[in-house]
Amino acid sequence: MTVTVLLFASYASALRTHSLAVELIPGSTVRDAIGHVRELAGGHSLPSEIVVAVNERYVKQDRVLHTGDTVAIIPPVAGG
Amino acid sequence: MRTAVVDAPINAAALIAEVSREANGAALLFIGTVRDVNDGRAVSGIEYTAYRAMAERELGDIAGEARRQFGTDDIVVEHRLGTLELGETSVAIAVAHAHRSSAYEASRYLIEQLKVRVPIWKLEHYADGSRDWVHAATRNSTELL
Repeated sequence: MTVTVLLFASYASALRTHSLAVELIPGSTVRDAIGHVRELAGGHSLPSEIVVAVNERYVKQDRVLHTGDTVAIIPPVAGG
Repeated sequence: MRTAVVDAPINAAALIAEVSREANGAALLFIGTVRDVNDGRAVSGIEYTAYRAMAERELGDIAGEARRQFGTDDIVVEHRLGTLELGETSVAIAVAHAHRSSAYEASRYLIEQLKVRVPIWKLEHYADGSRDWVHAATRNSTELL
């Protein structure tokens, strides 16, 4: 199954992209998807603790993914 | 109640007019602006970016919580994106309520929740020509659930 991974701000700069298609086996979790991203060029610069949203909602990393899900890796926010 | 992520300059006076009604004895306007210094570095401007769809939804959720918690529907929040110059308004929150104490509490709730939950980022431009991402609020996902 394929999920879309979105990157923003400093994370997008580190991986030199804002969006990735990640192929996963069925039953994979957010943690598995993040593991794939960490192995890409620049992925080592993601901090050990990261915040993730699936389909625009904050989730825990044990959340099981489904094909078509959008996984957003959220850098520390700084609005205001 | 209305919330928006906008690209054009924010008209704060229009926001306060939007929440003002005769039933309200108190109306408050919070304006966040681009400051000329951060962590001792001279700032020349800030570029705001967002995960727009989620930022809009999260902002709406926060306003809904404030409405329930503090008992007023008279809440308007706008956050601007794009490159802002010093002194420009990045965020404006207008709250009106029958009583001032609840208006203050609601306004404070809105800005504090916005700062930790809404996926918006700042790329600071410094007077020396360099740029850097601002990592203001650091939270882990457990706290955000």
